[in-house]
Amino acid sequence: MSGAILPARGPGDRLTALFWRRPWVLLLLLVSPPLLWLGVVYLGSLAALLLQSFYSIDEFSGVVKEEFTLKTYAELFRAQNLDIITRTVLMAAAVTLASAALAFPIAYFAARYAKGPWKAAFYLGVMLPLWSSYLVKVYAWKLILAKEGILTWAAERTHTSWIIDGILSVPGLESSSLSTSPVGTFAVFVYVWLPYMILPMQAALERVPVSMLEASADLGATRAQTFRSVVLPLAMPGVIAGSIFTFSLTLGDYIIPQIVGNSANFIGMAVYQLQGTAGNIPLAAAFAVVPILIMLAYLTAAKRAGAFDAL
Amino acid sequence: MTAAVEFLNVSRHFGAVKAVDGVDLTIAEGSFFAMLGPSGSGKTTCLRLISGFEQPTGGAIRIFGEDVSTTPPHLRAVNTVFQDYALFPHLNVRDNVAYGLMVKGMARAPRYAKAEEMLALVHLEGYGDRKPAQLSGGQRQRVALARALVNEPRVLLLDEPLGALDLKLREAMQDELKALQVKLGLTFVFVTHDQHEALSMADSLAVFNEGKIAQIGTPQEIYDRPASRFVADFVGSSNVLPPALTQALGGPARWSSLRPETVRLAVTGPVSGPVTALRYLGAATRVVIRVAETEVAALVPAGQPLPAEGETRSIAFDPSALHLMEGA
Repeated sequence: MSGAILPARGPGDRLTALFWRRPWVLLLLLVSPPLLWLGVVYLGSLAALLLQSFYSIDEFSGVVKEEFTLKTYAELFRAQNLDIITRTVLMAAAVTLASAALAFPIAYFAARYAKGPWKAAFYLGVMLPLWSSYLVKVYAWKLILAKEGILTWAAERTHTSWIIDGILSVPGLESSSLSTSPVGTFAVFVYVWLPYMILPMQAALERVPVSMLEASADLGATRAQTFRSVVLPLAMPGVIAGSIFTFSLTLGDYIIPQIVGNSANFIGMAVYQLQGTAGNIPLAAAFAVVPILIMLAYLTAAKRAGAFDAL
Repeated sequence: MTAAVEFLNVSRHFGAVKAVDGVDLTIAEGSFFAMLGPSGSGKTTCLRLISGFEQPTGGAIRIFGEDVSTTPPHLRAVNTVFQDYALFPHLNVRDNVAYGLMVKGMARAPRYAKAEEMLALVHLEGYGDRKPAQLSGGQRQRVALARALVNEPRVLLLDEPLGALDLKLREAMQDELKALQVKLGLTFVFVTHDQHEALSMADSLAVFNEGKIAQIGTPQEIYDRPASRFVADFVGSSNVLPPALTQALGGPARWSSLRPETVRLAVTGPVSGPVTALRYLGAATRVVIRVAETEVAALVPAGQPLPAEGETRSIAFDPSALHLMEGA
């Protein structure tokens, strides 16, 4: 007959016993590394960045003056800088809206109807572009959109060149080809960030039970009413999660607008130039704070509008 | 009496699976009709055929005389209480209940007034501002009921609505549902796999088995005179006797059923066997006797002497209690 207590087999048993007696020890062990990373490396560097934005640069010597001032932030409101901010925010908003509109049917299909191999095909189709180099994709798009590119060629053959010409004659978008127009920048942004919208949206839609859609129809709602009153509100957290990606990624990107488009400045490019060639770290930091503020305002507005009620 | 729902040779096949197979059914207006059967027997599919979430692959369905074969769910004057309630989590209780009126375009004030009226009907006054997640299972069930009733349906469909509730609450809700049905005079069609629920609540019921109706009738008819071994087995806890045993007990060589409460224990008789199990049920004790390879249960009321396990006993009963069934 053995006793009521089994013999310990080794240090593993003793460690497990310790964790059972003092659950907080395990919690501390698990949580402290990411907390240190998040607290020191992540938020710490963000704080350092914030601090930099309150310094200014001596215009003659180009040396950073380490004194608190709001002068650098005031510079953001100069017409040329305000232009950059407006352009970036408008682009990010347009990219987000277009991504949401494009992603919704894809995500809806994947969540509602795709089963087995179709589901695998969906995930592969959405993820595959993410596995190839970002630069390769952007340059590929530059070629697709170029005057000698396949789009122009296809439009000529199908006698639909007037569509491209029409788009390129819209004030603000005019250019000699799509690859040098803001429309091109927009198209490439949408292409590159679309998976980041589809995946959270699909996850949110998957959590909407079929019986909820049936209940809505049962109570007399048309498909459009069900979409507006049930599907969209329940999918909203996913849409917001996706839009955080597309919006903030567009706000911060500095490569796509350099390669495709009319070389107009975006926030990311401005930061890149200011901290590199211009050596104006305080203004670069102030520019980098702008997307953070915009995202905070955006999330607050989304929360006020009840976007997270279904969470 | 008018027929609220009629099935004319209705089938619903999913590929090779015959979920519903040639069902004929008439549900009288104002009745409490139960569809009873094990899972996969086709009862829920029948309910979904009435609500319109399934379309028949054959036959015709009429609701109050009108053929609804081409009518989508949102245009049918029937409403459903779903098994998982399917309350909208982003809307509060009031908006959930008023949903059916909202999609019809009713203005906010009258639809909220109507919603409050419905909440009072299910004894949930003052819960309008809560979210479904803040309610108990029984309360959610009532909200689902109020939401389905707000549209004043001509037929209310209930898909195992009490399945998720604990026993005590379920019994209370059974009484309440029945009272509500009588009060409103509505036709209720109720799907359940719980035979006690079906027997105690329904005016008439259909027993489903493998996509077909095994028997249709009042609870008494089905309990006292099961048409087949399946019905006798599934409804209640009847003894099903094979032809040889029926004959040995003085009947013809046919399958028969015998209710445990009609069986008495005797020391001697034509057939006897050892007592194999005793189960105390409170008001009675269920005694199982093995007679010629068949287990026969008898309910011995409390206070009467009980045999011990292993003792030999014979069974006796009033000949009229032996019910003969179809089939070999």
